[in-house]
Amino acid sequence: MPHRRAIALWLAMLLLGASPLRAQPVLNVYNWADYIDPHVVQRFQQETGIRIRYDVYDSLETLEGKLSSGRSGYDLIVPTSEPSFARLVRAGALRPLDRTRIPNWSNLDPALMERVAAVDPGNRHGAIYLWGTVGLGIRTDALRALWPDAPRDSLDLLLRPGNAARLARCGLAVMDSATDVLPSVLRWAGRDPDSAAPADLRAAEQALLAVRPHLRAIPGSGTLLDMLARGEICVALTYSGDVIQAAARAREAGRGVEIAYVAPSAGAHLWFDLLAIPADAPSPDAAHAFIDYLLRPEVMAAITGHVRYPNAVPATRPLVPEAVRDDPSVYPSEASLRHAFVPGTLTPAEERARSRLWNRFKAGR
Amino acid sequence: MRRLLLALPLGWLLLLVLAPVLILLWIALATVGDSVPPFDPPLAWQGGAPVWQGSGESLLILIEDDFYLRALLRSVTVALVSASLALLLAYPMALGIAETRPRWRPALLLLVMLPIWTGLLPRLGAWIGLLRDGGWVNHWLLELGLAQQPARLLYTDMALYAGMVHSYLPFAVLPLAVALMRRDRLVEAAAADLGAAPGRVFLTVTLPLSVPAAAASFLLVFIPAAGEFVVPELLGPPDDPLLGRVIWSEFFQNRDWPLAAALSLALLAVLLVPIRLFQRLGAAR
Repeated sequence: MPHRRAIALWLAMLLLGASPLRAQPVLNVYNWADYIDPHVVQRFQQETGIRIRYDVYDSLETLEGKLSSGRSGYDLIVPTSEPSFARLVRAGALRPLDRTRIPNWSNLDPALMERVAAVDPGNRHGAIYLWGTVGLGIRTDALRALWPDAPRDSLDLLLRPGNAARLARCGLAVMDSATDVLPSVLRWAGRDPDSAAPADLRAAEQALLAVRPHLRAIPGSGTLLDMLARGEICVALTYSGDVIQAAARAREAGRGVEIAYVAPSAGAHLWFDLLAIPADAPSPDAAHAFIDYLLRPEVMAAITGHVRYPNAVPATRPLVPEAVRDDPSVYPSEASLRHAFVPGTLTPAEERARSRLWNRFKAGR
Repeated sequence: MRRLLLALPLGWLLLLVLAPVLILLWIALATVGDSVPPFDPPLAWQGGAPVWQGSGESLLILIEDDFYLRALLRSVTVALVSASLALLLAYPMALGIAETRPRWRPALLLLVMLPIWTGLLPRLGAWIGLLRDGGWVNHWLLELGLAQQPARLLYTDMALYAGMVHSYLPFAVLPLAVALMRRDRLVEAAAADLGAAPGRVFLTVTLPLSVPAAAASFLLVFIPAAGEFVVPELLGPPDDPLLGRVIWSEFFQNRDWPLAAALSLALLAVLLVPIRLFQRLGAAR
């Protein structure tokens, strides 16, 4: 019975943790949805022989939910500087990076890395992958027909009840993330974006509830990208690159849907996504190799060209396609960067107050 | 020997009921913190002595914020309606199976069970295909001239109940069918001999005798339905705050394990009520 013996042997190997499938090293990557150039992943696998198991999330809440019980099994994650990356650093959930194994670290823009050093002193735990802002995705062709001279460069378009009522039939949406929506709403209401004071939160809640009846959906950011690209949504509050990707997809579909991104001129929420390794990552060596690979200018340029988010490797500038490089909604102007704010850190009690507000907003009461 | 036999279910109960409840209580009394897992335990050892650092705040929120009470109430209502509808459908099915010839019964019971062997998600996916704006139901409504424009069927209470009843119906049919198959038909024959018409026999003999089985069927649907979060997520009204969904989002989205644990305890407490009533019903007989 050679068959039975082979099966028994295989089972024994499986039990001993030496399954035949394990011969090839595996890197478990957990990244945002639609956030990499697939060719980049393929090329790494060919170059190194390391197999990448690629898994995606579409909100920071999902990422932190997976990580919070420990032993997630991921080797490389891409949390946003505030609040997730900062919280993971404080909780000791990230492995300090060994820069001797990341020679391409020197390609990173020191000025941008300095902005992250506030939450990660000495940049010990993360390298900037991509960054961007939170703002409005607008279906310009529909808006031109419905309301040609609508104010576009402010959240007024979405958050003033009169405007929302006027645009409701065209489709309004806000992405489902308390952490990435409330700072912008607080700023719009003239409050401190980091505030958790009851009066400020009440103001934000009232502003959101006032337009709640006019919202078509409160989807995850990945779903919202799809809805925008299909032309189901006229005005959406979401991540800059998601809107720019939706615009590209709508252009490719060629059905007359035009999408544009506008960051609020009064001050946009600026965020950085960091490449980081969980403290209990099963194969940190492969993760270091992957980080080093991603920081190569030609690799990073391909990613920015594909996903249309700016990166932190200045040497990529000449390599990025012109259409992306010169698009002010991809690379914000100096002036709008000066007005932009990076949200600060909240205490657990403040987080809870905000998530309860978000629950009530989603339920519409 | 007898003690040993008793220890088995008792150990089972301690391990799988009491221990999880105590763990839930432990987490519910903890405070949210920046650690893995994301809470600071209510008791900490400092210099060899336990120090209390917990808080009852998570439990208090249940009373303070009517959002959570409403969610609980809505979940119980949805579970009550789902269980009642399932029972109404299951009873004639079970009676029908019990009345067919014995050699047909296994095949009929198999037909009842068969849907559970398909995963829950494909079954719910099928409902989405049927009910969506361009789906089959709307296609025929328009074709037959019963509607001028597609009716909104998906993401409504109707879709929610269709999915709930469809998912849980087998659990309601099986105990009823078994009880009705095993019932003592001599009692019914006696009633008929004494002049009762078939309808009267059913109402005064068969139906009352099947009440415990019907109650079991009802509970087998009610209890899982009260904590259900997949069906409402996929078919129900968007952002309908059912408790199962709220617990899910507190746990996974907001990383608020203490609040999620407190909500789970509240749901457990509410579910104990019908279970107690069921035991009383059993004891009364």
